[in-house]
Amino acid sequence: MGVYEIVAIILSLLVLLGIKLMSSPKTAVYGNQISALSMLSAIILVLVYNEIISMPLLWVAILIGGIIGYIIAKKVNMIQMPQMVALLNGLGGGTSAIVALVEIFERYENMIYFERITSQLALIVGGITLSGSLIAAAKLDRKIPQKPVVLKGHSILLNISLIVLCVLAIFGTLNNYSMIDIISISALFISILFGILFSIRVGGADMPITISLLNSCSGLAGAICGFTIGDPLLVSVGAIVGASGIILTQIMCKAMNRSLMDVLKGSHIADKTFTGEIIAVSVERDTQEEKKSVHDILQESKKVIIVPGYGMALAQAQYLVKQLTDKLESEGKDVKFAIHPVAGRMPGHMNVLLAEVDIPYEKLWDMDNINPEFEETDLTIVIGACDVVNPAASYAEGTPIYGMPVLDVDKSKYVIVCNMDTKPGYSGVENPLYNMNNVTMLLGNAAETLKKLAE
Amino acid sequence: MSPILLILVFIIATFLGYKVISEVPTLLHTPLMSGTNAISGVTLLGALVSTAFAASNKSKTLGFIAIVLATINLVGGFAVTDRMLKMFKKKEAVNK
Repeated sequence: MGVYEIVAIILSLLVLLGIKLMSSPKTAVYGNQISALSMLSAIILVLVYNEIISMPLLWVAILIGGIIGYIIAKKVNMIQMPQMVALLNGLGGGTSAIVALVEIFERYENMIYFERITSQLALIVGGITLSGSLIAAAKLDRKIPQKPVVLKGHSILLNISLIVLCVLAIFGTLNNYSMIDIISISALFISILFGILFSIRVGGADMPITISLLNSCSGLAGAICGFTIGDPLLVSVGAIVGASGIILTQIMCKAMNRSLMDVLKGSHIADKTFTGEIIAVSVERDTQEEKKSVHDILQESKKVIIVPGYGMALAQAQYLVKQLTDKLESEGKDVKFAIHPVAGRMPGHMNVLLAEVDIPYEKLWDMDNINPEFEETDLTIVIGACDVVNPAASYAEGTPIYGMPVLDVDKSKYVIVCNMDTKPGYSGVENPLYNMNNVTMLLGNAAETLKKLAE
Repeated sequence: MSPILLILVFIIATFLGYKVISEVPTLLHTPLMSGTNAISGVTLLGALVSTAFAASNKSKTLGFIAIVLATINLVGGFAVTDRMLKMFKKKEAVNK
């Protein structure tokens, strides 16, 4: 092992330490800085070690990329985080694909089989990540419709392109002739096509899974690229990112009651048809009493839980949520937030939005910890969430949400729902919560309805 | 490095990464994602070397594009993660 390898291992461990520090909000900023510094050291190491530090071409490219990256990072607002992450994923994948292509162009004849096969794989995984992420970003940014687009014979097209990719990869490994350029470029194009086909049929609420998966792919592409050029630093860091993406994907799948295979195959959550009727099995509370006004409920409640969903992000209502929270707290009430793992469009989306408006993270509770508390809660305020609070998940067998872990908001004494309408959520399953006795519906844009509550 | 060693590095890094990342709470999943995302710009290292030693202009141009994209990924990712994490941190200061 040479000097380079030893330094590479140290830098990888530093990156790992950086991520470890990210397990607490207190140390996370340093964690990120350590990761960033290790990366900077890695770049300098590579430039010095290869004696290429004085090449102007490299510095011009770094400068252009650095300025663009910095500007995007400063300008983006927190609502746009999902598409920002998707975009960056795509760039990572794209880089791996291009590096693999350059390696093939430059030194294919001298490559051993291991390098040939990995260069083809890096090309393919990178290409899929690039186009898949860009489509996801465009969807999240509403540049293209969020609804799943399913072409005629969509699955067949995907399968055919996958088979063609396999064949090309095998040819690319075994071929010794000048055809290699055409083979590689075709592989890149077809993988880009595959990425588009894959992402375009993903619907809104499946986005958290898709983004996590693409995150994993961008790391994997980097690691495979590392195999081709024989750089242990690329391999280790790429593998770490790949593992991170896979963990997030698993968490998201579990929280949505979907298997990864379902998502990969593109079977839609609403594909399963449920014909039975969903009855509101509400625990009849206060049946004798007149339905109380929202004002009275707010007044007499001591313990309040707020459940934010994608609707809050859409209406950009987090500032009003903060106002409402301040008001309730000034009246001496206890306010907590219940965050479902798939609320929003990416893992942890709600946490970031609430942090943006200065809601302390100690008040943000995840599903498993908050669920037992609903029973002793006076009032739950749901803001733009549907499937994640649907009580039918526990009994409506045959529906797509059956068995999905949900927030037990129906257990609290009163519920106020600030949703756009009473239409079913992404799953297409009616929400019996809306008809329950202890539930008051405030329909319309969350920004408007919350204003009324916060007054 | 030999292929066997590289594969070994891959397996160990996946394992360690898996262990460390499982401990990150849901609260920080978005910054975790954008942070690891930034790190995945590590391909920049490959891009730098490939571009520097590329003989043809075609390769040099492609390499140049790769460096630009990777740097956007790295710088953008780290900067935006920093912004987000500071939001979480700010709250702590107010609380105490």
